[in-house]
Amino acid sequence: MDTVMLAKALAIGLGSIGPGLGIGLIGAKAMEAIGRNPEASGKILITMLIAAAFAEAIAIYALVIAFSIS
Amino acid sequence: MSATVNENSAAPAVEASTAIVTEHTLFAEQVYKIGNFPITNSVLNTWLVVLAVVVFCLYFRKKIKLIPTGVQNYVEAGLEMLFDVFDSVTGSRAKTLKFFPFVFSFFVFILINNWLGLLPGIGSIGQVVSEHGKNLFIPFFRGGTADLNTTLALASIGVVASHIFGIITVGGWNYLNKFVNIKALIEIPKKVLKEPTVLIVNPIKVFVGLLEIISEFAKIASLSFRLFGNIFAGEVLVASMAAIMAYGLPIPFMFLEVMVGAIQALIFAMLILVYLTMMGTAEEHE
Repeated sequence: MDTVMLAKALAIGLGSIGPGLGIGLIGAKAMEAIGRNPEASGKILITMLIAAAFAEAIAIYALVIAFSIS
Repeated sequence: MSATVNENSAAPAVEASTAIVTEHTLFAEQVYKIGNFPITNSVLNTWLVVLAVVVFCLYFRKKIKLIPTGVQNYVEAGLEMLFDVFDSVTGSRAKTLKFFPFVFSFFVFILINNWLGLLPGIGSIGQVVSEHGKNLFIPFFRGGTADLNTTLALASIGVVASHIFGIITVGGWNYLNKFVNIKALIEIPKKVLKEPTVLIVNPIKVFVGLLEIISEFAKIASLSFRLFGNIFAGEVLVASMAAIMAYGLPIPFMFLEVMVGAIQALIFAMLILVYLTMMGTAEEHE
Protein backbone atom coordinates (compact mmCIF):
# COMPACT_ATOMS: atom_id res chain seq x y z
CA MET A 1 0.00 0.00 0.00
CA ASP A 2 1.45 3.34 -1.01
CA THR A 3 1.43 5.36 2.17
CA VAL A 4 3.54 8.23 0.85
CA MET A 5 0.66 9.90 -0.99
CA LEU A 6 -1.63 9.32 1.95
CA ALA A 7 0.93 10.91 4.27
CA LYS A 8 1.27 13.97 2.04
CA ALA A 9 -2.47 14.39 1.76
CA LEU A 10 -3.03 14.04 5.49
CA ALA A 11 -0.20 16.46 6.29
CA ILE A 12 -1.52 19.33 4.23
CA GLY A 13 -5.20 18.47 4.66
CA LEU A 14 -5.30 18.35 8.42
CA GLY A 15 -2.72 21.10 8.69
CA SER A 16 -4.85 23.68 6.95
CA ILE A 17 -8.04 23.23 8.97
CA GLY A 18 -6.83 25.42 11.83
CA PRO A 19 -5.34 28.25 9.78
CA GLY A 20 -8.39 28.31 7.51
CA LEU A 21 -10.70 28.81 10.47
CA GLY A 22 -8.27 31.32 11.95
CA ILE A 23 -8.08 33.52 8.88
CA GLY A 24 -11.85 33.43 8.52
CA LEU A 25 -12.31 34.60 12.11
CA ILE A 26 -9.74 37.36 11.64
CA GLY A 27 -11.54 38.59 8.53
CA ALA A 28 -14.92 38.46 10.26
CA LYS A 29 -13.74 40.51 13.21
CA ALA A 30 -12.03 42.99 10.93
CA MET A 31 -15.21 43.49 8.93
CA GLU A 32 -17.18 43.96 12.11
CA ALA A 33 -14.69 46.58 13.29
CA ILE A 34 -14.83 48.43 9.96
CA GLY A 35 -18.60 48.39 10.10
CA ARG A 36 -18.58 50.05 13.48
CA ASN A 37 -15.93 52.62 12.60
CA PRO A 38 -15.47 53.17 8.87
CA GLU A 39 -12.90 55.92 9.38
CA ALA A 40 -10.33 53.56 10.87
CA SER A 41 -10.55 51.13 7.97
CA GLY A 42 -6.99 51.86 6.79
CA LYS A 43 -5.43 50.84 10.09
CA ILE A 44 -7.77 47.89 10.49
CA LEU A 45 -6.91 46.61 7.02
CA ILE A 46 -3.17 46.67 7.65
CA THR A 47 -3.48 44.95 11.01
CA MET A 48 -5.81 42.35 9.54
CA LEU A 49 -3.33 41.54 6.75
CA ILE A 50 -0.54 41.13 9.27
CA ALA A 51 -2.56 38.85 11.52
CA ALA A 52 -3.69 36.81 8.51
CA ALA A 53 -0.08 36.35 7.40
CA PHE A 54 0.79 34.96 10.82
CA ALA A 55 -2.11 32.53 10.72
CA GLU A 56 -1.22 31.49 7.19
CA ALA A 57 2.35 30.72 8.24
CA ILE A 58 1.09 27.69 10.18
CA ALA A 59 -0.46 26.29 7.04
CA ILE A 60 2.82 26.95 5.24
CA TYR A 61 4.67 24.87 7.82
CA ALA A 62 2.32 21.97 7.03
CA LEU A 63 2.82 22.51 3.31
CA VAL A 64 6.60 22.37 3.61
CA ILE A 65 6.34 19.09 5.51
CA ALA A 66 4.03 17.75 2.80
CA PHE A 67 6.55 18.70 0.14
CA SER A 68 9.44 17.10 1.93
CA ILE A 69 7.77 13.74 2.56
CA SER A 70 9.12 11.36 -0.06
CA MET B 1 8.17 31.00 -16.13
CA SER B 2 6.31 28.08 -17.70
CA ALA B 3 7.93 25.00 -16.21
CA THR B 4 5.90 21.84 -16.28
CA VAL B 5 5.82 19.92 -13.02
CA ASN B 6 6.32 16.20 -13.20
CA GLU B 7 5.62 13.70 -10.45
CA ASN B 8 8.53 13.21 -8.11
CA SER B 9 7.61 9.64 -7.25
CA ALA B 10 9.30 6.65 -8.87
CA ALA B 11 9.11 6.79 -12.66
CA PRO B 12 8.09 3.61 -14.48
CA ALA B 13 10.98 1.69 -15.91
CA VAL B 14 9.73 2.03 -19.47
CA GLU B 15 10.11 5.87 -19.49
CA ALA B 16 12.23 6.92 -22.46
CA SER B 17 15.65 8.04 -21.28
CA THR B 18 15.69 10.89 -23.79
CA ALA B 19 12.71 12.66 -22.21
CA ILE B 20 13.60 15.90 -20.44
CA VAL B 21 12.36 15.99 -16.85
CA THR B 22 11.53 19.35 -15.31
CA GLU B 23 10.87 19.19 -11.60
CA HIS B 24 10.35 21.79 -8.95
CA THR B 25 12.79 20.68 -6.30
CA LEU B 26 12.85 21.98 -2.74
CA PHE B 27 16.58 22.60 -3.03
CA ALA B 28 18.14 24.97 -5.51
CA GLU B 29 20.18 23.35 -8.22
CA GLN B 30 23.83 24.07 -8.69
CA VAL B 31 24.81 25.73 -11.94
CA TYR B 32 28.45 26.50 -11.43
CA LYS B 33 31.32 25.84 -9.09
CA ILE B 34 34.06 28.20 -7.97
CA GLY B 35 36.73 25.97 -6.47
CA ASN B 36 34.84 24.00 -3.86
CA PHE B 37 31.97 26.46 -3.48
CA PRO B 38 28.79 25.58 -5.39
CA ILE B 39 26.90 28.46 -6.97
CA THR B 40 23.19 27.67 -7.13
CA ASN B 41 20.64 29.43 -9.27
CA SER B 42 19.12 31.15 -6.24
CA VAL B 43 22.48 32.70 -5.39
CA LEU B 44 22.72 34.06 -8.95
CA ASN B 45 19.33 35.65 -8.42
CA THR B 46 20.30 37.34 -5.18
CA TRP B 47 23.41 38.75 -6.84
CA LEU B 48 21.22 40.10 -9.62
CA VAL B 49 19.01 41.81 -7.04
CA VAL B 50 21.99 43.34 -5.26
CA LEU B 51 23.30 44.61 -8.60
CA ALA B 52 19.94 46.17 -9.43
CA VAL B 53 19.66 47.90 -6.06
CA VAL B 54 23.22 49.23 -6.18
CA VAL B 55 22.79 50.56 -9.73
CA PHE B 56 19.52 52.26 -8.82
CA CYS B 57 20.99 53.86 -5.71
CA LEU B 58 24.08 55.13 -7.50
CA TYR B 59 21.92 56.61 -10.26
CA PHE B 60 19.42 58.12 -7.85
CA ARG B 61 21.96 59.70 -5.56
CA LYS B 62 22.93 62.41 -7.98
CA LYS B 63 19.34 63.42 -8.61
CA ILE B 64 18.19 64.22 -5.09
CA LYS B 65 16.91 67.80 -4.89
CA LEU B 66 15.22 69.71 -2.07
CA ILE B 67 11.96 70.00 -4.04
CA PRO B 68 11.20 66.46 -5.22
CA THR B 69 10.44 65.72 -8.86
CA GLY B 70 9.79 62.52 -10.74
CA VAL B 71 11.07 59.33 -9.17
CA GLN B 72 11.92 61.10 -5.94
CA ASN B 73 8.20 61.75 -5.42
CA TYR B 74 7.38 58.08 -5.43
CA VAL B 75 10.28 57.16 -3.22
CA GLU B 76 9.35 59.81 -0.67
CA ALA B 77 5.69 58.80 -0.69
CA GLY B 78 6.62 55.17 -0.17
CA LEU B 79 8.94 56.10 2.68
CA GLU B 80 6.19 58.17 4.34
CA MET B 81 3.82 55.20 4.28
CA LEU B 82 6.46 52.91 5.70
CA PHE B 83 7.32 55.41 8.43
CA ASP B 84 3.69 55.40 9.55
CA VAL B 85 3.51 51.63 9.61
CA PHE B 86 6.76 51.34 11.53
CA ASP B 87 5.70 54.08 13.94
CA SER B 88 2.80 51.94 15.08
CA VAL B 89 5.34 49.28 16.08
CA THR B 90 8.03 51.33 17.75
CA GLY B 91 5.83 54.08 19.16
CA SER B 92 8.10 57.01 18.38
CA ARG B 93 9.44 58.58 15.21
CA ALA B 94 12.95 58.93 16.66
CA LYS B 95 13.23 55.18 17.24
CA THR B 96 11.83 54.46 13.80
CA LEU B 97 14.45 56.64 12.19
CA LYS B 98 17.16 54.89 14.16
CA PHE B 99 16.16 51.41 13.00
CA PHE B 100 14.98 52.39 9.56
CA PRO B 101 18.09 51.83 7.39
CA PHE B 102 18.56 48.31 8.73
CA VAL B 103 14.95 47.24 8.46
CA PHE B 104 14.37 48.96 5.13
CA SER B 105 17.24 47.05 3.53
CA PHE B 106 15.58 43.80 4.59
CA PHE B 107 12.32 45.04 3.09
CA VAL B 108 13.77 46.10 -0.26
CA PHE B 109 15.94 43.00 -0.64
CA ILE B 110 13.12 40.57 0.12
CA LEU B 111 10.57 42.49 -1.96
CA ILE B 112 12.68 42.57 -5.12
CA ASN B 113 13.72 38.94 -4.63
CA ASN B 114 10.09 37.87 -4.32
CA TRP B 115 8.99 39.80 -7.38
CA LEU B 116 11.94 38.79 -9.51
CA GLY B 117 10.76 35.18 -9.43
CA LEU B 118 7.68 36.19 -11.41
CA LEU B 119 9.46 37.77 -14.37
CA PRO B 120 9.64 35.82 -17.63
CA GLY B 121 13.00 34.19 -18.09
CA ILE B 122 13.48 33.36 -14.44
CA GLY B 123 12.97 29.65 -14.15
CA SER B 124 12.57 28.90 -17.83
CA ILE B 125 15.98 29.69 -19.31
CA GLY B 126 18.39 26.96 -18.42
CA GLN B 127 20.36 23.97 -19.53
CA VAL B 128 19.70 20.27 -19.74
CA VAL B 129 22.03 18.23 -17.57
CA SER B 130 22.05 14.50 -17.65
CA GLU B 131 22.22 12.97 -14.22
CA HIS B 132 21.58 9.40 -13.01
CA GLY B 133 20.41 8.43 -16.48
CA LYS B 134 17.71 11.13 -16.59
CA ASN B 135 17.90 14.42 -18.43
CA LEU B 136 17.17 17.14 -15.90
CA PHE B 137 16.33 20.70 -16.86
CA ILE B 138 18.12 23.12 -14.58
CA PRO B 139 17.11 26.78 -14.84
CA PHE B 140 19.79 29.41 -14.61
CA PHE B 141 17.76 31.68 -12.36
CA ARG B 142 15.31 30.90 -9.60
CA GLY B 143 13.59 33.15 -7.10
CA GLY B 144 16.09 34.00 -4.39
CA THR B 145 13.75 33.69 -1.45
CA ALA B 146 12.35 30.42 -2.79
CA ASP B 147 15.46 28.81 -1.34
CA LEU B 148 15.51 27.97 2.36
CA ASN B 149 19.18 28.98 2.62
CA THR B 150 18.46 32.60 1.77
CA THR B 151 15.57 32.97 4.18
CA LEU B 152 17.41 31.17 6.97
CA ALA B 153 20.36 33.52 6.51
CA LEU B 154 18.12 36.59 6.56
CA ALA B 155 16.28 35.42 9.66
CA SER B 156 19.53 34.62 11.48
CA ILE B 157 20.98 38.04 10.65
CA GLY B 158 17.85 39.76 11.91
CA VAL B 159 17.58 37.87 15.19
CA VAL B 160 21.31 38.02 15.99
CA ALA B 161 21.28 41.74 15.23
CA SER B 162 18.40 42.23 17.65
CA HIS B 163 20.41 40.47 20.36
CA ILE B 164 23.50 42.57 19.70
CA PHE B 165 21.37 45.68 19.74
CA GLY B 166 19.84 44.59 23.03
CA ILE B 167 23.26 44.24 24.62
CA ILE B 168 24.31 47.66 23.35
CA THR B 169 21.15 49.41 24.50
CA VAL B 170 20.23 48.02 27.90
CA GLY B 171 23.61 46.72 28.98
CA GLY B 172 24.92 43.24 29.54
CA TRP B 173 23.41 42.66 33.00
CA ASN B 174 19.84 43.55 31.96
CA TYR B 175 20.19 41.53 28.78
CA LEU B 176 21.43 38.49 30.68
CA ASN B 177 18.53 38.78 33.11
CA LYS B 178 16.05 38.48 30.30
CA PHE B 179 17.13 34.88 29.77
CA VAL B 180 18.88 33.68 32.91
CA ASN B 181 16.92 35.58 35.50
CA ILE B 182 19.49 35.92 38.26
CA LYS B 183 17.87 39.10 39.55
CA ALA B 184 14.77 37.14 40.47
CA LEU B 185 16.82 34.63 42.41
CA ILE B 186 18.69 37.33 44.31
CA GLU B 187 15.44 39.08 45.23
CA ILE B 188 14.02 36.06 47.04
CA PRO B 189 15.94 36.49 50.31
CA LYS B 190 15.48 40.27 50.15
CA LYS B 191 11.70 40.30 49.81
CA VAL B 192 10.63 37.05 51.41
CA LEU B 193 9.78 38.68 54.74
CA LYS B 194 7.55 41.37 53.24
CA GLU B 195 5.75 39.31 50.60
CA PRO B 196 5.96 35.53 50.97
CA THR B 197 4.54 34.99 47.48
CA VAL B 198 7.98 35.85 46.13
CA LEU B 199 9.06 32.32 47.08
CA ILE B 200 6.76 30.84 44.42
CA VAL B 201 6.63 33.57 41.80
CA ASN B 202 10.33 34.16 41.33
CA PRO B 203 11.37 30.58 40.51
CA ILE B 204 8.63 30.61 37.89
CA LYS B 205 10.16 33.78 36.48
CA VAL B 206 13.51 32.02 36.26
CA PHE B 207 11.93 29.15 34.37
CA VAL B 208 10.17 31.51 31.99
CA GLY B 209 13.49 33.18 31.28
CA LEU B 210 14.97 29.82 30.28
CA LEU B 211 12.04 29.16 27.97
CA GLU B 212 12.75 32.46 26.24
CA ILE B 213 16.01 31.01 25.00
CA ILE B 214 14.09 28.31 23.15
CA SER B 215 11.70 30.88 21.76
CA GLU B 216 14.63 32.72 20.18
CA PHE B 217 15.35 29.70 18.02
CA ALA B 218 11.66 29.38 17.25
CA LYS B 219 11.77 32.97 15.99
CA ILE B 220 14.51 32.13 13.49
CA ALA B 221 12.68 29.01 12.31
CA SER B 222 9.30 30.67 11.96
CA LEU B 223 10.64 33.73 10.15
CA SER B 224 12.54 31.67 7.60
CA PHE B 225 9.83 29.08 7.03
CA ARG B 226 7.08 31.64 6.65
CA LEU B 227 8.92 33.49 3.88
CA PHE B 228 10.26 30.35 2.19
CA GLY B 229 6.92 28.54 2.28
CA ASN B 230 4.93 31.43 0.89
CA ILE B 231 7.26 32.14 -2.03
CA PHE B 232 8.04 28.52 -2.90
CA ALA B 233 4.40 27.50 -2.74
CA GLY B 234 3.58 30.46 -4.98
CA GLU B 235 6.11 29.33 -7.56
CA VAL B 236 4.76 25.78 -7.57
CA LEU B 237 1.21 27.09 -7.79
CA VAL B 238 1.89 29.27 -10.82
CA ALA B 239 3.83 26.45 -12.48
CA SER B 240 0.96 24.03 -11.91
CA MET B 241 -1.57 26.50 -13.28
CA ALA B 242 0.61 27.05 -16.32
CA ALA B 243 0.78 23.29 -16.85
CA ILE B 244 -3.02 23.08 -16.90
CA MET B 245 -3.56 25.93 -19.32
CA ALA B 246 -0.69 28.25 -20.14
CA TYR B 247 -2.78 31.09 -21.65
CA GLY B 248 -4.79 33.16 -19.24
CA LEU B 249 -5.12 30.81 -16.28
CA PRO B 250 -1.95 31.85 -14.45
CA ILE B 251 -2.90 35.56 -14.53
CA PRO B 252 -4.96 35.76 -11.30
CA PHE B 253 -2.39 33.59 -9.57
CA MET B 254 0.45 35.83 -10.65
CA PHE B 255 -1.47 38.78 -9.27
CA LEU B 256 -1.87 36.86 -6.04
CA GLU B 257 1.86 36.24 -5.99
CA VAL B 258 2.59 39.94 -6.45
CA MET B 259 0.43 40.73 -3.44
CA VAL B 260 1.83 37.88 -1.36
CA GLY B 261 5.39 38.95 -2.17
CA ALA B 262 4.75 42.49 -0.98
CA ILE B 263 2.88 41.39 2.16
CA GLN B 264 5.53 38.86 3.15
CA ALA B 265 8.33 41.39 2.70
CA LEU B 266 6.44 43.85 4.89
CA ILE B 267 5.76 41.19 7.54
CA PHE B 268 9.40 40.13 7.65
CA ALA B 269 10.61 43.71 8.03
CA MET B 270 8.01 44.48 10.69
CA LEU B 271 8.85 41.39 12.69
CA ILE B 272 12.54 42.29 12.67
CA LEU B 273 11.54 45.74 13.86
CA VAL B 274 9.41 44.22 16.64
CA TYR B 275 12.30 42.04 17.81
CA LEU B 276 14.70 44.99 17.75
CA THR B 277 12.27 47.09 19.77
CA MET B 278 11.55 44.36 22.30
CA MET B 279 15.22 43.68 22.89
CA GLY B 280 15.89 47.38 23.27
CA THR B 281 13.51 47.92 26.16
CA ALA B 282 14.51 47.04 29.68
CA GLU B 283 12.20 44.84 31.68
CA GLU B 284 9.73 46.83 33.72
CA HIS B 285 9.52 45.98 37.40
CA GLU B 286 6.39 46.60 39.32
